[in-house]
Amino acid sequence: MSLLKIRNLRVEFGSLAHPFPAVDGLDFDIDRGELVGIVGESGSGKSVTMMALMGLIDAPGRVTADELVFDGHDLLKLKPAQRRKIVGKDISMIFQDALTSLNPSYTVGFQIKESLKVHMGLRGAALEKRALELLELVEIPAAKSRLGAYPHQLSGGMNQRVMIAVAIACNPKLLIADEPTTALDVTIQAQIMDLLERLQKEHNMGLIMITHDLAVIAEMAKRICVMYAGQVVEQAPVADLFRAPRHPYTQALLEAIPEHSKGARRLSALPGIVPGHYDRPKGCLLSPRCRYAQDKCSQERPALLDGVRCYYPLNAEGESTHG
Amino acid sequence: MFSFILRKLATVIPTFIGITLVAFALIRMIPGDPIEVMVGERKLDPVMHAAAMQRLGLDQPLHIQYFRYVKDLAQGDLGISLVTREPVTKEFLTLFPATVELAICALLFAVLVGLPAGMIAGLKRGSVFDHGVMGVSMTGFSMPIFWWGLILIMYFSVTLGWTPVSGRIDIEFDIAQRTGFLLIDSWLSGEEGAFKSAAMHLILPTIVLGTIPLAVIARMTRSSMLEVLREDYIRTARAKGLAPTRVVVVHALRNALIPVITVIGLQVGSLLGGAVLTETIYSWPGIGKWLVDSISRRDYPVVQAGILVSATIFIVVNLFVDILYGVVNPRIRSAK
Repeated sequence: MSLLKIRNLRVEFGSLAHPFPAVDGLDFDIDRGELVGIVGESGSGKSVTMMALMGLIDAPGRVTADELVFDGHDLLKLKPAQRRKIVGKDISMIFQDALTSLNPSYTVGFQIKESLKVHMGLRGAALEKRALELLELVEIPAAKSRLGAYPHQLSGGMNQRVMIAVAIACNPKLLIADEPTTALDVTIQAQIMDLLERLQKEHNMGLIMITHDLAVIAEMAKRICVMYAGQVVEQAPVADLFRAPRHPYTQALLEAIPEHSKGARRLSALPGIVPGHYDRPKGCLLSPRCRYAQDKCSQERPALLDGVRCYYPLNAEGESTHG
Repeated sequence: MFSFILRKLATVIPTFIGITLVAFALIRMIPGDPIEVMVGERKLDPVMHAAAMQRLGLDQPLHIQYFRYVKDLAQGDLGISLVTREPVTKEFLTLFPATVELAICALLFAVLVGLPAGMIAGLKRGSVFDHGVMGVSMTGFSMPIFWWGLILIMYFSVTLGWTPVSGRIDIEFDIAQRTGFLLIDSWLSGEEGAFKSAAMHLILPTIVLGTIPLAVIARMTRSSMLEVLREDYIRTARAKGLAPTRVVVVHALRNALIPVITVIGLQVGSLLGGAVLTETIYSWPGIGKWLVDSISRRDYPVVQAGILVSATIFIVVNLFVDILYGVVNPRIRSAK
């Protein structure tokens, strides 16, 4: 049984008469100890999906799903108080900008201990010991003195380590990292990624790594899930995805990686942007931007079949399979 | 923290010198001098006028007068009232407790009502409560104080007869002054009904004086709350699985209060500086009324002292707010 099973997740914003689906019928699974990458450009619904999982979507946003099962609990059927016993303990999340994601008025120590107190009931010396242990676990030097530091006194990389310490405080079964390195320098990015990978292996956590940069997770993840406009458009093992992408959107993403297009004079870019509230196509959501689009593509939505949501998936040579 | 306070204190000194200059100059710019005002319409013999001015030391060049004033001030001497011939310090000390008592009550009223109202309005944005609070506070903020005071007197004192019209306590009570705060003194006196009388006298002035601070605090708390609730760290707090009340009380409120504290501090400063309109409407014997009366009498030492003391209170309260700000907001403390 998978650790997390999502079936037909929908997250809608806007009025009931004119809803805007930020997540549109998403299916997703992750096993214990598995590392899955979710990629897609801004606005593709990656973060909203995870926010829905965490129960952080507020009215007027609406979350529905056929199944949203984590570790045997159907999260949408739980009462808020029961759900909060899971969120922050068994599922936890780290965010893009660590400095703004930490409360500026409290010390790092306070913010780490808070989870330990609320979820684990730790007090006194045990609490102190565990907090220190966590800071050491995320490789913060002079950990003891850093417990009393405020977020503004630490660097961006240090703050992200603190965020990670907060997130793994209660030994979660699933950790969601939402673009954890976007706001950091390249060298620090690599360190944070290594740290996350190590913690994931050591604690056998499920890790969902959200990014808009395929290169970042190419080395880490076993499986990658490509999202576009609130849907999963392709899902495949990393090696297959990089060698032979089957969805035109995945192909476009790969072509946008500088290392992948050596020799080309200009870096390839996908024209246009993710459809918004008023220009959501009737057919395949990518059809207005897709270079292979046929008549059928703009008429009907394709379903996710065999890991790809396309009528004319690309073949191994990267050519479209229509007519 | 100590050097933070020292740095703040150092910035106060030039401000203080500026205030003595302004207080000294402003009152002398108004046409007419104390002797002329005392004599009034009657014709004044120039020789007698000069003699009187000399006696009061007002014939000296301005810079000499100023330095004498500053020298006395440095020794803690605020001078002698030209009209009552009483030491200014003594007059001030008799009147100040009345102002403080009213200011404290007004501020308590404003904070105890304004803070929760603003907080709930911010949390329940767009609700009937939110619109109600914002409407009422907008009205309160735009209302002329003297009109609001008179309306309350007409309805509660005249029509309903619930509260007295003016003054601090009914005339039948003769309360020995111990603290200067009538609420406390009347309680200590043990006289039956004295405390109730003092309290009843306080109600209307408290509401009138507290209305504007209340409106300001409620609006500020609401907007600050709304801003903080959108912050990333609130999302983090919720992602930790904390209960909604803990998210609001521990994570949102502390940050939301930072700008509110500044606003409250500014209000304290202006309330203690004397509520001229409220004290006048309710014949409240405080320093606001004292200052206004002295200006019309050209009682130079009293006006100078009044302005100086009001400004000093304002500065001290602001300093205190800055320090408090440093306590609440760790980012300020370490700023060099």
